[in-house]
Amino acid sequence: MLLKLSHISKRYQLGDITITALDDVSLQVDNGEFVAIMGPSGSGKSTFLQVASMLARPTAGVIRLKDKDVTRYNEVERAKLRNREIGFVFQQFNLLPRTSALDNVALPLVYANLPRQEHRRRSRNMLEQVGLADRLINTPAQLSGGQQQRVAIARALVNDPSLIFADEPTGNLDTVSGQEVIDLLKKLHSQGKTIIMVTHEEEIAGKAERLIRFLDGRIVDDAPTLQPPSSKKNN
Amino acid sequence: MLNFTNIFSVAVKAIWVNKVRSLLTMLGIIIGVGSVVLLTSIGNGLRAFVTDEFNQLGANTLIIFPNDIFGDGGGFSSKSAASSIANSKLKLTDVTNLQRLRDHVTQVAPFNLQTDTASFRTTQETVTVLGTTFEYAQAFNTPTERGSFFSKSDDATGERVVVLGFEVANQLFGQVDPIGKRIKIGGQSYQVVGVAEKKGSGFGGLSFDTYVYVPLRTFFRQYDTDTIIRIIVKTPDTERLDQHLAAIEAELGKRLDDDEFSVVDQSEILGTITQILGVLTLALGGISAISLVVGGIGIMNIMLVSVTERTREIGLRKALGATPNVILLQFLIEAALLSVMGGGIGIGLAFAGTLAVQVFIPAVVTPQAVALAFGVSTLVGLVFGVAPARRAAQLSPIEALRYE
Repeated sequence: MLLKLSHISKRYQLGDITITALDDVSLQVDNGEFVAIMGPSGSGKSTFLQVASMLARPTAGVIRLKDKDVTRYNEVERAKLRNREIGFVFQQFNLLPRTSALDNVALPLVYANLPRQEHRRRSRNMLEQVGLADRLINTPAQLSGGQQQRVAIARALVNDPSLIFADEPTGNLDTVSGQEVIDLLKKLHSQGKTIIMVTHEEEIAGKAERLIRFLDGRIVDDAPTLQPPSSKKNN
Repeated sequence: MLNFTNIFSVAVKAIWVNKVRSLLTMLGIIIGVGSVVLLTSIGNGLRAFVTDEFNQLGANTLIIFPNDIFGDGGGFSSKSAASSIANSKLKLTDVTNLQRLRDHVTQVAPFNLQTDTASFRTTQETVTVLGTTFEYAQAFNTPTERGSFFSKSDDATGERVVVLGFEVANQLFGQVDPIGKRIKIGGQSYQVVGVAEKKGSGFGGLSFDTYVYVPLRTFFRQYDTDTIIRIIVKTPDTERLDQHLAAIEAELGKRLDDDEFSVVDQSEILGTITQILGVLTLALGGISAISLVVGGIGIMNIMLVSVTERTREIGLRKALGATPNVILLQFLIEAALLSVMGGGIGIGLAFAGTLAVQVFIPAVVTPQAVALAFGVSTLVGLVFGVAPARRAAQLSPIEALRYE
């Protein structure tokens, strides 16, 4: 068991109104799973991602990561946990402008307090893995959208996290680049990475092996995708 | 705990990535530090220069003024120097009386001044004519480069002889040897007997090099006067300076009223002048220190803008594992670095400025001023960096990542 969320609720206070973004959600994700999450806007899928990735705290419920209760971690512990265990891929790429691909990929290592030589070595490895070995010193402005997202994926992998969260990773890309990125995620999955991906495109979601649908802050559907899984589950 | 070099390099990169903005941010500090260092080096240079000039006269020198310069309250009298000179009661009699005090006085050099025109053939120059006695050359440390100062007998008979200041000799004669030549001063013919050594200029062109020296009696005749505006007295030693001073005061007091003369130990004058220069340096330094504060506010301003502008970046860094303290430290280091770099550039400019003003003013950059400027600019960066850094540290990663 990698990630276990039990009876998770998340409520916001907006003036006099209480908004329930997540309503008693329970979920387990095993090692090596590729999970897609879908749902209309306001269904709670983004809030779920924030809570599950340790960015936001749930109002109620328990989160266990690698069999450890991490629900009550303070801000510093959560930052360290994210740094060690979680990789992020954002819709907007969120690369540092005017900064080389190499330095962008190395960003999580800066906060992992690794020696500087180690930064370079690992970042170069990761960029090679995502097929950007010849773009090490290019800044985001000199890269295409697909290449930028691949740099972001390399960044998500560089700390060797146990869990990768991808929030609409293809949302800002054209079809071809989107396909490249989803292929890359599938490749990582086949290498044993655990991936949780939010998307609103049925076709993209179909590339995962498990699809969870959110509506009004609840999970309404949780099933294997129709597409025959391209990789073995017991990987 | 934190890997400091990592955070440091992040801050350096942030500054480097925004080169132009960083430089503009530093500008206030550059100007502040630059002007503080430059002004204090001018002040210190002036003080050193004045002290040096006074020491050249020797510590055994007393100067007699024709009024009570320590009048009311102990400071310099409010009575204007010009009126006191015009009403001077000092006469040649006082000089002869002082010369009789052999236990207390070794040399007495009285003088009076007049601005006039000196000409050689067709060349004309405005000069300051200083009428004095032969003892002046030693008492006021004015050796001759060519020829000699006029003699005791020239004094006694009031010969029309003149010793030229270095600059005057140059302007009137150029390459020609002036010794033995005749020049006209205020229409009267004088024979040149000597040229004084170059004294160098003081401040703003005021220089003894544009003086000409004539015997006092000659001066009296030419300008129809018999007053003296200063008497320089050398005492045989410095140990009993107080006794000598008292004896001289007593002697002058026989003929003059208390408020018609004052005998001043040069260390008193030096003390007063350095005190004035010290206060002036402090005041000017203080005024330019205000620009340091303005510079600090500039840094705070830009850093606040920068935090807003980099909200997403901060959110990203936090998502990827930066703790609030790490973010705080990163922005603090960034502000301090901007300030210190600004300080460094400011000090560099102050050095250049000091070299430039050395043409007019003997300015010297002191290590203390540099250390102080560096310390203050670091402090300014840290103090004014706190608010933006705290704001950055307290950003929520989710809100920050959503920020457009």
